[in-house]
Amino acid sequence: MAGIGDLFRQEIRVINLGLEAFALTLEQLGVPVIHVAWSPPAGGDPRKAALLAALADEEEE
Amino acid sequence: MIKRSAYQDSVTLLGLARELRTRNGVLEAAALMGSPANKDLLAQSGLLTTEAAAAGVNDLVIVIRADSAEAAGAALSQAEAFLGARQRRLEGAGRRLPRTLESARRHLPDANLVVISVPGAFAASEARKALSLGLHVMLFSDNVALEDEVALKELARRRGLLLMGPDCGTAILNGVPLGFANAVPRGRVGFVAASGTGLQQVMTLLAARGEGVSQAIGVGGRDMTEQVGGVMTLQALDALGADPTTELIIVVGKPPAPLVRGQVEARLRAMQKPCVMALLGRGVRGRQEGSLATAATLEDASEAAMAMLQGVAWTSRPFSAPPTEIRTHLQAVWKTLAPERRVVRGLYAGGTLAHEAALILEPFLGPVATTLTPESAGRHSVVDLGSDEFTLGRAHPMLDSSLRVQAIHQAAREHDVGVLLLDVVLGHGAAADPAGDVAPAIEAARAEARDRGRGLAVVASVIGTARDPQGREAQVARLGAAGAWVLPSNAQAARAAACIAGGEPVMQSLLGSGGA
Repeated sequence: MAGIGDLFRQEIRVINLGLEAFALTLEQLGVPVIHVAWSPPAGGDPRKAALLAALADEEEE
Repeated sequence: MIKRSAYQDSVTLLGLARELRTRNGVLEAAALMGSPANKDLLAQSGLLTTEAAAAGVNDLVIVIRADSAEAAGAALSQAEAFLGARQRRLEGAGRRLPRTLESARRHLPDANLVVISVPGAFAASEARKALSLGLHVMLFSDNVALEDEVALKELARRRGLLLMGPDCGTAILNGVPLGFANAVPRGRVGFVAASGTGLQQVMTLLAARGEGVSQAIGVGGRDMTEQVGGVMTLQALDALGADPTTELIIVVGKPPAPLVRGQVEARLRAMQKPCVMALLGRGVRGRQEGSLATAATLEDASEAAMAMLQGVAWTSRPFSAPPTEIRTHLQAVWKTLAPERRVVRGLYAGGTLAHEAALILEPFLGPVATTLTPESAGRHSVVDLGSDEFTLGRAHPMLDSSLRVQAIHQAAREHDVGVLLLDVVLGHGAAADPAGDVAPAIEAARAEARDRGRGLAVVASVIGTARDPQGREAQVARLGAAGAWVLPSNAQAARAAACIAGGEPVMQSLLGSGGA
C-alpha cells in the first residue's frame, strides 16, 4: 500500500516491453522511458519459455 | 522476404503493411511474424509462399504482390528503410536498445513502472520479473492465464505494488497517459477501472466539463471475479482513499462477484470522500445513498460525480439536447427508413461500450445478440469487434478498422438492418483518424441503401477530448459529414438507436408525450 502511495508522489519512469508505439508516445510527452528490444524467449515456444523462467526463479531463491 | 530473428510488434507491422499497400504497383502487402495463426491468415489471402510457410515465430515475413518485379523490389527496400528508421528513432543518439528487463533497468536505474504488451503467453513471466525487482506493472497484454493473474496479484499485494491488468487498456498515473489513454487534464477525480473504454468514456465526459483525473488505475476485466477476488481493486481503493489529491472516487466495470461486491461496497461506504459506482449490469438502477452514488450508465457516472463535486442533487436524463430537438431529428430519420428496416446493428471497438449499448437497448427492443452468426441475422445485435474471436492475428479495431468497414458494408446489404450504432474511440495509441477510417464505408452503405429505396440510419458517439491527438471536434464533424447522427455519449447514442428502431412508443417513454 505504502508502495502505491509512494508512486503517486514520484515522477513516472517507464520501462516498455512490447508495442513500440507506447514508448514513442511517452517520449513525445517528455516522460522518461526506455524501450526494450524484446523478442519471444526460447525460440518463441511458450512452454519452453515458462520452464526457463521457472528455472531462473529457482536460481534466485 | 524473410528476416530471421527480427521480432517486431503487431502495431509496427500494421503501420508497415499499410504504408506498403499505398505504393504504386503494389496490389497486396503483408508484414507479419511467422506464427502459425499469422501463416493461416497469409494462406487465406493467398500470400503464403513456400518461404513464408517455413518461417518461424521469431522470423519477420514480408510478402508483396505487385504488378512488376521492380515495384515489388522497391517496396521491399522501403520496408527495410521503414524498420531502420523506426529503430533509429527509439535508440536515440548512438544508444543500443536493451534486450531484457534487467538490462533496461541498468539504463534507467530509477524506473518505477514496467509497461508490458508482449504476446500473452510470455507476459506473465515478464510481469513476475518486474514485480520481483520491486517495479509496478501495467500489463496491457491479454490472453494471460487466470492462475497467473491470481499469482501475480498476490505477489504485487505482498510487495505493495500495482499490477494493473492483464488486458489493461488504459491507465493514467500522475498525469502520464499509459496505453490507450485520452488527453485529459490533471484533477481531483480518482478512478479504479476494470474496463478500459468504460474509463475513457467517463473521464472524457468529465474533461468536457472541466474536471480532471488524479489517478486512473486499471485493474483488468477479471479483477472483481470470484477467482481473483478484487485484490487489485481493493488495493487501488485504499491507495486513492489515502491520496490527498483525490477528492472523489469512481469505480468502473461490470458487475462483480457477490462476495467481491460486498467488499468493494464496504470499502466505498467507509471512505471519507464521495464515491460513484458504475458497475454496469442488468437491472442496475441509478441511486444515491449518502456519499455513495450508483450509476446505471457511464454518462450517469460522470453526471453523478459532477453533481457531488458541486454539492447539488443529481438526476439522470436520457438526452442532453432538448426533447423537441430529438423529436424533430427522429421524425426526419423515420421518413427515410422503410418500415421493415428496424433492426439495430451495433459495431463496436470498445468492449464496455458495446456492453453498455446492449444493456440500454434490451429493455426497449428485447433480446440483443452479441455475436454475428447466421442465426443472429434479422435480430438486434451489438458486437464487440475487439473481443478475442476477432482480434486473433490482427490488430485491435481501435487501430485497424478493416474488420468494422467490412461489417458496415455487410450490414448495408442485409434487408432488415435500419440502424447502425458505432463508437469512435480517440486518444494516444488509437488510430490517427478513426472517423476518417469508417466515414467512407458509412457514406457507401447509406448510398447503397438509398439506391434500393430503403434508407439506413447511422448513430455514433465519439469518445475523446479536444486535446486528443485526433481532436474531438474534427472527428465529430467527419462522421456528421458522412451522414451519421453523432450524440454526446454512448448511452445517448444507444437511446437514439432504440428510438429509431422502436418508433413512437420508445420515443415517448424516453421523452414523454408532450411537445412538438
